[in-house]
Amino acid sequence: MRRSVAALVGVAGGMLAGAAFIRRRTVDRDRVDLYYQDGSMVSLSNGSPGADRLLPLAREILRKTR
Amino acid sequence: MDAQQALADLTEISSQIQAAVVFDEQGKVAASTLEEGRADALAEGVGRLLEQALDVKVGAGGPLIQLEAATDEGSVFVVADGPTRIAATTAPDPTVGLVFYDLKSALRSIAAKPAARRPTPKKPAAPKKTTGAKKKPAPRNKKTDAT
Repeated sequence: MRRSVAALVGVAGGMLAGAAFIRRRTVDRDRVDLYYQDGSMVSLSNGSPGADRLLPLAREILRKTR
Repeated sequence: MDAQQALADLTEISSQIQAAVVFDEQGKVAASTLEEGRADALAEGVGRLLEQALDVKVGAGGPLIQLEAATDEGSVFVVADGPTRIAATTAPDPTVGLVFYDLKSALRSIAAKPAARRPTPKKPAAPKKTTGAKKKPAPRNKKTDAT
């Protein structure tokens, strides 16, 4: 009885950890990289003021081209 | 090279690119892998994206020449070369460097016009150097001790 409870708790914990990992990866993926002529690059991660304006436009473009 | 041919080559080379469009500053489409209406929509959307990106100035210098917007639905790439722009969409997690390289190559091939060949002035043939040639040392014979 104890063993099966421990196994269930283990499986549930693993699923939660996996879900958190996948969620984190997805959130990290959303970003905008801007490259300038002088060789500099600015990376705007999801949540930053610039990315908040650019990412919805990018999503709209992707939906339109599908 | 013709812009349409350049895009055909691009999609043949890069399997990551799903759609691509070549357009100018005014949003006029020169070539696309999509049909006319969707190509115009893509060019217009990318134009707006570039406009918004130009407003983002975080101490960066020079004009914006490349852009990648990565989302969980896919990525949008834009490369600008003077008035000409090329934009492409890919699936999520593309090989960023490779896509940019392919887009820049396509832009370069569009920009490059088949110029008339100019005769290259012949250089006077340099006299052959005869001095300083090292003499190879004679190969050593292996000892063949038959004992």
